Amino acid sequence: MRGELNMERGKTILEVRNLKTHFRVGTEDISIVRGVSFSARQGETLAIVGESGCGKSVTVHSVMRLLPKNGRLAGGEALFFDGDTPRELHRLEPFGKEMRAIRGRKIGMIFQDPMASLNPVYRVGDQVAENLLQHFKLTKAEAKEKIIEMFASLGIPDPGRRILDYPHQFSGGMKQRVMIAIAMICNPDLLIADEPTTALDVTIQAQIMELMERLKREQRKAVILITHNMGLVAETADEVAVMYMGRIVERGRVERIFHNPSHPYTKALLRSVPVLGHGRAERLETIRGSTPSPAECVTGCEFANRCDFATTKCKTGTIPAYEVEGGHLARCVLFEGAKELPNE
Amino acid sequence: MAEQKKVKSSLALRSWKKLVRNKLAMIGVVVAIAMILASIFANIVTPYSPTKIDFANMTKAPSLQHLMGTDKMGRDVLAQVLYGGRVSIYVSVVGAVLGSVVGMILGGLAGWFGGKVDSILVRTSEIFLTFPNMMLVLILVAFVGQGVNNLIFIFFITGWMTPFRMVRNEFLSLREETYVEVCKAFGISDVSIMFRHILPNTISPIVVATTINIANYILQEAGLSFLGLGVPVTIPTWGNIMNAATSIDVIRNYWWLWLFPGLVISVFVLAVNFAGDGLRDVLDPKQ
Repeated sequence: MRGELNMERGKTILEVRNLKTHFRVGTEDISIVRGVSFSARQGETLAIVGESGCGKSVTVHSVMRLLPKNGRLAGGEALFFDGDTPRELHRLEPFGKEMRAIRGRKIGMIFQDPMASLNPVYRVGDQVAENLLQHFKLTKAEAKEKIIEMFASLGIPDPGRRILDYPHQFSGGMKQRVMIAIAMICNPDLLIADEPTTALDVTIQAQIMELMERLKREQRKAVILITHNMGLVAETADEVAVMYMGRIVERGRVERIFHNPSHPYTKALLRSVPVLGHGRAERLETIRGSTPSPAECVTGCEFANRCDFATTKCKTGTIPAYEVEGGHLARCVLFEGAKELPNE
Repeated sequence: MAEQKKVKSSLALRSWKKLVRNKLAMIGVVVAIAMILASIFANIVTPYSPTKIDFANMTKAPSLQHLMGTDKMGRDVLAQVLYGGRVSIYVSVVGAVLGSVVGMILGGLAGWFGGKVDSILVRTSEIFLTFPNMMLVLILVAFVGQGVNNLIFIFFITGWMTPFRMVRNEFLSLREETYVEVCKAFGISDVSIMFRHILPNTISPIVVATTINIANYILQEAGLSFLGLGVPVTIPTWGNIMNAATSIDVIRNYWWLWLFPGLVISVFVLAVNFAGDGLRDVLDPKQ
């Protein structure tokens, strides 16, 4: 039951503190993720929202240590709680044994484009088996049984035969189910979905989200959902982090974010989403200006140039996060006077 | 739902059907295989020995006894062509496959790791490519001497660059594919991603490069042996048979001594090229 504040919340699975990621472009070192903190809990969905290029994907790729060669972790911590032992992901060798043992086994990942996520030359069953056999000592027959079971639970009809098919014989929605099967087959504690439905049409989108909801509810998985679709956030998220230019500008429970959006960027973002009942004559609002280049933002609030409430204070120093209300924070000088949260 | 429509087919079966539909490729495959089999079972196909000298039947024109006639020492030309095919095909196929395998491995390493590994390997391949090929071959022959296996070695040394460059280029684009990232995201090792996931996707250009090399080596062997630099003259190969045609006298008066081996070489090279073309279409995973 979302929305009940007194509900006992699940155990923290992933704790990210002040994560910073830099990319080397030519000789320049550009800061893409500028100190991001969040946590993912059992049985909850954390939605990370923001426009293209705001650093959503880079953030989770940093946590998974899957940055491209020109990217590096410049600071911060990412703690993954494996049972009760915290594993310091930020200290592990990106492609070392330990990190590889966590990837796929403890943290599953679903990608944006199911069409390109499967290798065209292998049967889908074998591709699911690969992840399973990478992390568990099972015989082929045992693996096959598990995979058929998983396919059936994900609503793939006739799983016994479908595991023998090649990716080109699957539709987009079915491919994404296969991807979810690959991500879930090792029973990871955390599922990261990087825009899982962007490439799919709306009805399939609903089915896939329903499926992920079920995994979260029934198996108490922690889910991190990256999206720019506010409708999806409202429907599935428990906690929302709004990102802009590499920072979380606002974070809180989903109902707080939608009922009381506090940061001017969140407000603008919500106003620019079409809703049913929108008047014909009304124009959909846009955010004026355009996203600056990450290299330009050095001091102050990254949103200041596009913000209707900007003051001179916004352009200097680092803007701290303020507590708007319990568990709801916004990084904006409008809340000066409220409790500062220096660790966020 | 569309996905419920049962398309029961295995990739192998589908590929086979595709190959059968492609007539030219099918002809190529059938002819090439028939010629290879005829060479392997030469002792059954013809009663004559390619080396048996018969002074009673010197330079006989084609007849029912000797379908392709006999040469100046009375040896049966058909037998020579069949037994010669053994060596010629063996040399070219092994040389090409060896070159492709080494090219594939090096290309995979260069394309996957990039950076220094890539630069060193690419420069090396460029040195080999920019050196005049025939000269390189002649120098190598001078160094290692004549012989069947030496020829294979020479072909391999001078031929690994094409498959290398093809595989490297494919790797450069394929390593950016989402499914490679998916593999990484599930903790699969570099070696497994390279050779199990990316390599099968590069197979179609490799097949083409290999068949082109096979055809090329057949011709090179013929050329080298014609010049007396390939396989020692005592071993019958397609090139060595042609060697007999170095004199004007033979070309004018004994047409069967050069026409038949020449035709056999052309037909085999064509068949291999057609087969390679067809295989490329069949094996292309993107189709």
